[in-house]
Amino acid sequence: MSAVGNIIKKELKELLTPATFIPIIIIAAIYGSMGGSINEIQKEAAEPPIIGIINEDNSSLSNIVNIMLETNAKVVFNSTSSDDIEVGLETLNEQQGVALIVIDKNFTSRITNEEKGNLEIYWIMKGAGVLDSISSSGVEFLLSVINTNISEQLIKSNTSINASVILKPTQRIETTYFKGKEFKGLSPNSIVNMLSSQSILIPIIMMMIIIMAGGIVITSMALEKENKTLETLLTLPVKRTSIVSGKIIASAIIGLLLALIYMVGMSYYLQGLSQGSSVLSKYNLVLNTQGFIIVGISLFMALIAALALCMLLGTFAKNYKSAQTLTFPVTMLALIPMFITLFMDFDTLPLAGKIFIFAIPFSHPMMASRALIFGDYTLVFSGIAYSAIFAIVTISIVVWIFNTDRILTGSTRRKRVGRSSIINRFKLRRF
Amino acid sequence: MVAIEVKNLVKKYGTIDAVKEISFTVNNGEIFGLIGPNGAGKTTVLRIISTILHITSGSVKIFDYDLSKNSNEIRKLISYLPEDAGAYKNLKGREYLQYIARFFDGGKKTHEMIEKGVLIADLGDRINDRVDTYSKGMMRRLLVGRALMIDPKLAILDEPTSGLDVINAQEIRKIIKNTTEAGTTILLSSHNMLEVELLCDRIALIDEGKIVETGKPKDLMKKYSAKNIEEVFTEVVK
Repeated sequence: MSAVGNIIKKELKELLTPATFIPIIIIAAIYGSMGGSINEIQKEAAEPPIIGIINEDNSSLSNIVNIMLETNAKVVFNSTSSDDIEVGLETLNEQQGVALIVIDKNFTSRITNEEKGNLEIYWIMKGAGVLDSISSSGVEFLLSVINTNISEQLIKSNTSINASVILKPTQRIETTYFKGKEFKGLSPNSIVNMLSSQSILIPIIMMMIIIMAGGIVITSMALEKENKTLETLLTLPVKRTSIVSGKIIASAIIGLLLALIYMVGMSYYLQGLSQGSSVLSKYNLVLNTQGFIIVGISLFMALIAALALCMLLGTFAKNYKSAQTLTFPVTMLALIPMFITLFMDFDTLPLAGKIFIFAIPFSHPMMASRALIFGDYTLVFSGIAYSAIFAIVTISIVVWIFNTDRILTGSTRRKRVGRSSIINRFKLRRF
Repeated sequence: MVAIEVKNLVKKYGTIDAVKEISFTVNNGEIFGLIGPNGAGKTTVLRIISTILHITSGSVKIFDYDLSKNSNEIRKLISYLPEDAGAYKNLKGREYLQYIARFFDGGKKTHEMIEKGVLIADLGDRINDRVDTYSKGMMRRLLVGRALMIDPKLAILDEPTSGLDVINAQEIRKIIKNTTEAGTTILLSSHNMLEVELLCDRIALIDEGKIVETGKPKDLMKKYSAKNIEEVFTEVVK
């Protein structure tokens, strides 16, 4: 074998390890499942939105609206009286509908009198994730097409109505119902925008803390092994629980410090992007002091759970290189709930998705602020309890591992060294 | 008084028998050497006695404490120096000694321990330098200082002079010898037969997880008509 071939063979043998492939396989699987989800979303987006119509006007322009809606949406409720609004909303709720559109009784006459025609829209919002607003976006698109069609109709009829009304002949009077709250003057899209600008900070910080502090814990364990200090540590008169908790607490302090630094920068950045706290307070979409304390507790418990998990992974690290590989699953577990909670609301996830997200302890602080704003204390407190149980169980497993041979031997299997080879080696040794 | 009493000790790693029913005793104040080739089971025995590996069967008593039941008590009495041990690289030599001393006692005694560790390590001003700037010899001296500064009742030293030059090895041997005079019992393993002859009061020859011979170095050389312990070992494992 040539020298190059010899080196290639050795390098391949060294590099083709499960540690090299497992992360890539996981990434491929995640992309695959993401592709599947996107397909589902595309299918959902292609479906006509489910709506209800109350047409009080029944004249030329309102009929354009009615025809457009009936052609492009699935209409599950139809009426001509605004007295039926409540019945319409109930029907839409039962049928997973998105919006009840009420065409004002003076719709056509207002437009012909150079005023914008009123469309009252009662939105039924299911979730505050970006993807949750797909169906309402469908209705939004339909409404803009209706505007264009009425404009065309007005232009064709050579009307003398002023240009601003012709270009935008309708105006919306919107009310959104979401998690038992009524938001007058807001559409689902604007609520999603407001909430996401407010609740983006915690998921990002949580993810950063987990990745940074988790990396510290895993590396710390790996370095104890690589620098051969672990054996000494284990023979000192110190309880295993003290070793484990000492490492976790130190990493948590560093993680929180890093988070604090990160949070200062991020909050300034997000202040520039958000719609301002006054708008949020107007609709009571802000956390009070008690809420912030609960989010803090949730964040702390999730951090301890994350670090306990990292410590568990760290016990498998043999050296610094393997520690880098072991941080990958934790990074993924931090990224998955961050993206999911940004794109979808916990309530609108399928059952399997809910179980998956709930099972990841890092999800809970990411969901906590939004849940608290809408009074879903059960989700928040059960999340805190779950994170605490997860942390206790994981720490117990780590302490158990520290009390077994595995922490030093790594594996219970060892290669047998032949007797003759031992004697030969011994004989060859010079002293 | 018996410092270590090992009876029918067995250690298995899965299906591999690393230690096969070995028995030996080490008396208080004695330097006892475990001698054998790589893979013979020396380090496994030392790790078991140091409380970091579990026994598969048999029993080990350290100063009458049962290893399986009283490992926390035993850890207060022993000090273990692994063969290829290191120290925390971001700490200075003195800080490392301080870190270890704090596990044993608080207050005034901690300070005494550190000063003793500094004295044994004998690194001069370099004790205030970061550990990652130390040579292999300096690191080993620091670790020997760490192991002996606490006045352990039992010091377990795995290849204490491994990888050291003649001068450094000789100095460490002197330190070990002096330590027994202060009442510490030493259990060590070594490949260096000269070191074994010079240091140990008694030795046990271990091969493939079994103790094949025990006795005083001079008595064993006489028994096998050998010039040195290496020849004794070769004769025994033939």
